Amino acid sequence: MSIWTYANPQKFMGLTGKVLPVLVVLTAVSLFVGLGWGFFLTPEDARQGATVKIIFLHVPAALMAINAWLMMLVASLIWLIRRHPVSALCAKAAAPVGAVLTLVALITGAIWGKPMWGTYWVWDPRLTSFLILFLFYLGYMALWSALEDRETASDLTSITCLVGTVFAVLSRYAVKFWDQGLHQGTSVPVATGGRTISDVFFYPLVLSMLGFGLLFVTLVLIRARTAIRAERLGALLRREGGGNA
Amino acid sequence: MKALLLRDIQLAMRAGGGFGLALAFYLVLVVLVPFGLGSAPAQLASVAAGILWIGVLLACLLSLDRLFQLDFEDGALDHLALAPMPLAGVVLAKAAAHWVTTALPLIVVAPLLGALLNLPTGGYFWLVVSLAVGSPSLSIIGAFGAALCVGLKRGSLLLSLLVLPLYVPTLIFGMEVVRRGITGQETAAPLALLAAISLGCIAILPFAAAQALRANLR
Repeated sequence: MSIWTYANPQKFMGLTGKVLPVLVVLTAVSLFVGLGWGFFLTPEDARQGATVKIIFLHVPAALMAINAWLMMLVASLIWLIRRHPVSALCAKAAAPVGAVLTLVALITGAIWGKPMWGTYWVWDPRLTSFLILFLFYLGYMALWSALEDRETASDLTSITCLVGTVFAVLSRYAVKFWDQGLHQGTSVPVATGGRTISDVFFYPLVLSMLGFGLLFVTLVLIRARTAIRAERLGALLRREGGGNA
Repeated sequence: MKALLLRDIQLAMRAGGGFGLALAFYLVLVVLVPFGLGSAPAQLASVAAGILWIGVLLACLLSLDRLFQLDFEDGALDHLALAPMPLAGVVLAKAAAHWVTTALPLIVVAPLLGALLNLPTGGYFWLVVSLAVGSPSLSIIGAFGAALCVGLKRGSLLLSLLVLPLYVPTLIFGMEVVRRGITGQETAAPLALLAAISLGCIAILPFAAAQALRANLR
């Protein structure tokens, strides 16, 4: 019994069908509590006022936007190495979710930036690399939708994802070289352990991050299940209808 | 590989229009700039290097969709895939032909167009150097994009969406070289990084492009 058992679409559907309701409830609860706590039960910041509360959307969205791409990278590698269609479909399912999260991070950042920095947009390294990440998501999704044959599409998008990852990382550091930043450093540095955010904001933030992570997993599973069903439908139609499918 | 390179160069020179098109596009782009930004010399001087670099990116992009398309349509690509040389070598030869027929002429005319845009005197040398070092990566990244899009009917729009974001690091370091060159700062660091990007692309991307071609030929 290994994890590869679930590369079988039948087993995958069976497992996710059971897990999904639990995930939906967990997502709803953690988002409701995390965001509700963050928005209504935390004090206003001494300098930023109420705008500080946008952190509960901005940071989790940005976190998951990057992790969504990483998940696509892993799924693409699994497809290229072991050729499990479920893996390719999961990568496909994750792309639009990741793109929307990137957009959420960019837009909430812009809304926060106007009162704080006095401008919606600056060509700061972090902002710029996020915009480039968004472009990568767009290209990836466009490639998926342009190709009809699923196997070819899986191959080409997986290769694009690998090359895109290299260039996304490269761009990240190139952009740092290009301009000094206005964006503050991270509030929750994992590596060093010390954090620059007070506990009042920290706990609801962690809960929101958890909620966004669960939301991402839930959405990807729902979309992957839909994609598998669409595949089956296509196969049935081809068998029944001959050329009409 | 050499035969393929020469064949592609000859085809590009002979098949009417393909060769000069990128150059003409580059010229038109530069002519349009003063209409958009105003013709004040100081203003043009401040953006000249950037326009010339971005012009090279766009002009390179223009001829990419034909890189594999014609060979794909008439079946020559299938033969090349079966030929006793690695497909990555085919990609490399084709990218090299693209560089010789598209990027090299652009590099040669860039200083002339720089005069039109009132490029600061210190910039000419560094513009040519940065283009010469950076443009191989443009051709090879473009070959990768062209390999992805070769089977598509309307591939050229998608090609630009896929390829242009990949040009970001090259553009950043290329412009950094020119900017430092103009202000008289030390240019070794960005130039080395630019060369690293070109060499890295040449080392890795032909294999990715070959995989993409195989998936498209299947």
